[in-house]
Amino acid sequence: MHAFDYVAAQTVQEAVSLLAEKGDAARVLAGGTDLIVQVREGRRSPDLIIDVKHIPDTNVLSYSPQSGLTLGAAVPCHRIYGDATIAAAYPGLVDAFSLVGGMQIQGRGTVGGNLCNSSPAADTIPALIAHSAVAVIAGPSGTREVAVEDFCTGPGRNVLQNGELLVSLKIPAPATGFGACYLRFIPRNEMDIAVVGTGSSVVLSADGSTIISALVALGAVGPTPITVDTSALAGQPANEVTINTAAEASIAAASPISDMRGTVEQRRHLSGVLTRRTLQKAIARAQGEA
Amino acid sequence: MSQKQMVTTTINGEETTFICEPRQSLLEVLREDLGLTGTKEGCSNGNCGACSVILDGVLVDSCLVLAVETAGRTVGTIEGVAGPAALHPLQQKFLEHAALQCGICTPGLIISAKALLEKNPHPTEHEARLWLAGNLCRCTGYDKIIRAVLDAAETMGASA
Amino acid sequence: MAEATAGYKVIGTRPLRPDGADKVTGRAVYGGDVRMTGMLHGKILRSPHAHARIKSIDTSRAEALPGVKAVMTAQDLPEPEDRMAAAGEVAVNLKYLACNVMARDKVLYKGHAVAAVAATSIHIAEEAMGLIEVEYEVLPPVMDVLEAMQDDAPILHDDLKMMEFGQQTDKHGNIANHFQFKLGEPAEGFKEADVIIERELNTATVHQGYIEPHNATVLWNEDGHVNIWTSTQGQFVVQKQTSEVLGIPVSDVTVTPCEIGGGFGGKIPVYLEPVAAILSKKSGKPVKLIMSRIEEFDATGPTPGSNMWIKIGAKNDGKVVAAEAVLKFEAGAYPGSPVTAAAMCIFAPYAFPNMQVDGYDVVLNKPKTAAYRAPGATNAAYAAETLMDELAERLGMDPLELRQINGTKEGERQVTGVAFPRIGYMETVHAALEHEHYATPLTGPNRGRGVASGFWFNVGFQSSVVINVNSDGTVNLIEGSTDIGGTRASIAMQAAEALEIPYEDVKPRVVNTDSIGYTDVTGGSRTTFATGYAAHDAALDVIAQMKGRCAGRWNSEEAPVTADDVDYSGGTFINKKNAEQTMSFKEVAGTLARTGGPLTGSATVQPRGVGGAFATHVVDVEVDPDTGKVQILRYTATQDVGTAIHPSYVEGQIQGGAVQGIGWALNEEFIYNDDGNMVNASFLDYRMPTSLDLPMIDTVLIEVPNPGHPYGVRGVGEVPIVPPPAALANAIYRAIGKRMTNLPMSPSAILNKINNGD
Repeated sequence: MHAFDYVAAQTVQEAVSLLAEKGDAARVLAGGTDLIVQVREGRRSPDLIIDVKHIPDTNVLSYSPQSGLTLGAAVPCHRIYGDATIAAAYPGLVDAFSLVGGMQIQGRGTVGGNLCNSSPAADTIPALIAHSAVAVIAGPSGTREVAVEDFCTGPGRNVLQNGELLVSLKIPAPATGFGACYLRFIPRNEMDIAVVGTGSSVVLSADGSTIISALVALGAVGPTPITVDTSALAGQPANEVTINTAAEASIAAASPISDMRGTVEQRRHLSGVLTRRTLQKAIARAQGEA
Repeated sequence: MSQKQMVTTTINGEETTFICEPRQSLLEVLREDLGLTGTKEGCSNGNCGACSVILDGVLVDSCLVLAVETAGRTVGTIEGVAGPAALHPLQQKFLEHAALQCGICTPGLIISAKALLEKNPHPTEHEARLWLAGNLCRCTGYDKIIRAVLDAAETMGASA
Repeated sequence: MAEATAGYKVIGTRPLRPDGADKVTGRAVYGGDVRMTGMLHGKILRSPHAHARIKSIDTSRAEALPGVKAVMTAQDLPEPEDRMAAAGEVAVNLKYLACNVMARDKVLYKGHAVAAVAATSIHIAEEAMGLIEVEYEVLPPVMDVLEAMQDDAPILHDDLKMMEFGQQTDKHGNIANHFQFKLGEPAEGFKEADVIIERELNTATVHQGYIEPHNATVLWNEDGHVNIWTSTQGQFVVQKQTSEVLGIPVSDVTVTPCEIGGGFGGKIPVYLEPVAAILSKKSGKPVKLIMSRIEEFDATGPTPGSNMWIKIGAKNDGKVVAAEAVLKFEAGAYPGSPVTAAAMCIFAPYAFPNMQVDGYDVVLNKPKTAAYRAPGATNAAYAAETLMDELAERLGMDPLELRQINGTKEGERQVTGVAFPRIGYMETVHAALEHEHYATPLTGPNRGRGVASGFWFNVGFQSSVVINVNSDGTVNLIEGSTDIGGTRASIAMQAAEALEIPYEDVKPRVVNTDSIGYTDVTGGSRTTFATGYAAHDAALDVIAQMKGRCAGRWNSEEAPVTADDVDYSGGTFINKKNAEQTMSFKEVAGTLARTGGPLTGSATVQPRGVGGAFATHVVDVEVDPDTGKVQILRYTATQDVGTAIHPSYVEGQIQGGAVQGIGWALNEEFIYNDDGNMVNASFLDYRMPTSLDLPMIDTVLIEVPNPGHPYGVRGVGEVPIVPPPAALANAIYRAIGKRMTNLPMSPSAILNKINNGD
């Protein structure tokens, strides 16, 4: 493994100034479940690894029904779904957070890290998009916010500029009538990278019969996670016909490649299947079923 | 050349200090520098669970933890599972059920199962299989492992 | 604890294994755990090209790196002779073995070793890798067995000429061997058939997937002796192969087998030991080499991918009249795929009157294949058992009933012409038919039930055992069979049974090549059979000697007693001429010094009466028609196990083998890019089953004792991997209505078949 120095930053400012100084020669370490593998396999060769797990701001995990969820970038997955209140408020996020590798990975891996790794197949990103999550970024010129659906710019690439650090994610409180679900297709039952991942959410009318708005995001079918245009669903009845329309939209929006994990045809097909299944579940959750 | 660091951590209840390079994983330091070879290396990329340890009460793959990250933390390895004069019920049940053949995955599995039972003392078969999915076994087909874990849960529950 | 099997006191019980406490506490020393003073860490530089000539290797910059203590290439090994060397289960060509350990002129697969270093830390050794400059002339690779057989294929070996029907030909290419087994006249037989089915099937390269990587720690001592510590299935094979590659006498090499974290056949060949030995010789220190997981995939022997054509003809009453197959197997970079074994097993469950199997052993630019649990038989069964299923359907017959009509028995001839001794195939079919699983209807959409049978011949080979009697009546059992799956227990149990003493009083020890007579590998399902046989015979030797000791004690001028006058039963020696004179085993043990001194029994065996193993598996699946994913609902494996010495470990062998077969069937494969590089060389994308992918695996142990063993033992470890892919293919067929003829039957393949295939 490439030799690097290690520092545990204590504040956001410290991390930001180290990142600004070192540029590409530094990498942020949260859970390490991506970074350590990349360095070991020679895909990254940082001279400095900046551990951000000691920074209070990146460890925040707070929720209120009024202001929603603030999820520090260094909070490991198991802490999130281990919080009963948060888990109950965001089952559609727990779907994704409890799938990122096995229990050992979830003991370390973070949602922030999953987002910043920016793999097209990341499990958390479609779920975050379906929840209208926003990334809070600190940098040399201050703090800015970027919608998660705009965060990734290509495989392994994102909007973070030199010196910038993802501090936390803000997820709005679920509106009344909100329901969400994340599903992915993998060949085994655990431990695989998603062949296709889909995060869907709906906001239903008070009587649960009509879709007010919907969000569908696809993973692993493009260079970045893809947000499907679901404007046509607004005002439509929450039924199979509408769901199928959304599935068709997903198939059209997907632009997958064939690689060792899946073929173009298979991924297109699965985009439709998973859109159907996640919307069915999101609607059921919005209607009050488990 | 990177700066070596002195790290003080607690391993199996004992305060331990070592010097390491930042690039050395916890797995490497346990095995190479501390003589704790019970934790095994199978794949080095977090896909087999043979290197499972407990870090601050949480089940993790030690191949994906830098040794420097353990400063001030607590680490539990297979060497700390058995009591002074007796095996842990999980270890005993693994033997009774013949839940090991070559035994290389066994330390990782016992650590994982111990973490499971601490979190969920009465898992169903499905819950046990889900929790243990991060530990590959190539010899047993998992049948006897699951039986051993569920039996240990009963035994530990009965004596609790 | 379980009751003993009828007629036995120990056999059939389920005691704890003697190495158990060490293994559940992490104390057991596996090869990777070995530590020695001054030990260096080694790394091997491997070819990035699947096929290339080596133009030059410059190691000077690596040698200059601080911390590097030795560097080696093939130039440090003697030029290997082109001859056979005994080496485990099959003889190997020494030139191929040595060149596989370290490439000489050409690299023949991505990952082929070209140089190695030893350094004071593993990280420095890794850095040194980057400083070795190798100039290659890249050649086009050939990665597919059918392509490799073409006349215009890139040729791997300048001097490989095809053997055909036992004769050397002049045909220079990638086909190393073409042989044929024939019984009767298939061409005539097919004329009588009412139904003929033929199909072509393909399987992909798969790996044994043992969790512990290959390792070796070697000290080439100042006195010229080479000491090796390694995780191996056979320390005597390591000794022999290493001495051959190094060009030194076998007696200069001592191999100590460490505990081993899985092998399945893959830890029989030698890869690291000669390299570590040279590095140790050059540095004057012990050197340890451990493979990374990527190296395991790139550079150790997987089992072959294959192309198989098969044709079966039957009459309407179900009797098969003729069967033919052509098997084309990938040997990897050097000749020696298990295509011969595949040909021996493909029709073995059946007493077909006319059979013909052609086998081709073909080299191509993949790592040299190694044994993987019943090597070749799983590929073959995928073909044969799929066709038997199709035949049953065509004839409107239950697939197990078809097997009853054609099933083989004692006295029937195999395709090799050899008649079967007492075997238990029909019993496995009967057990499956009668099982509650088979009797329970499978209802629901997208579900199907499949059955398949399988065979593995097992081997005998050589084993040695020594039993030393301790003064407290316990015994030390010294043996040379590395314990991969509980054989210390099964061998000790057989000794305890023969000695008529408690199991706990037998202390088995697995020792190095200096300390026990020659013993063949732990593999071939031979260990409980052959080493157990030797333990039994050594025990009888102990008893015979003890009878002599008793006779010596009791003998007097007035009442002479010889050993023939002494009986032994239930732990007690008795003078047949005077029943008041008795001694217990413990008493004899406690008085050895007074009766002649220490007592050691021994035995060496090369048993001929090997019993083959048959299995029949039943599996229920549900296929998600939208995704192609297969869920296994229920699995039952029946097998003739001879006599189950320790039933828990027999069950474990069946369950473990079945699950490997399931992985082989549904997800495992080596995926190569156009450059001949494996792109999924990690446990992330080489997908072996996890605990969440499986239900419990039910086992039915049928005991048809093998007459060739004192306790009726048959090897049990290998045949369980043979039926699963075909059983799953047949179940998937019933779920989706289409036959899968390629392995793996991954979700994308099944989805494709559902949407596009016939």
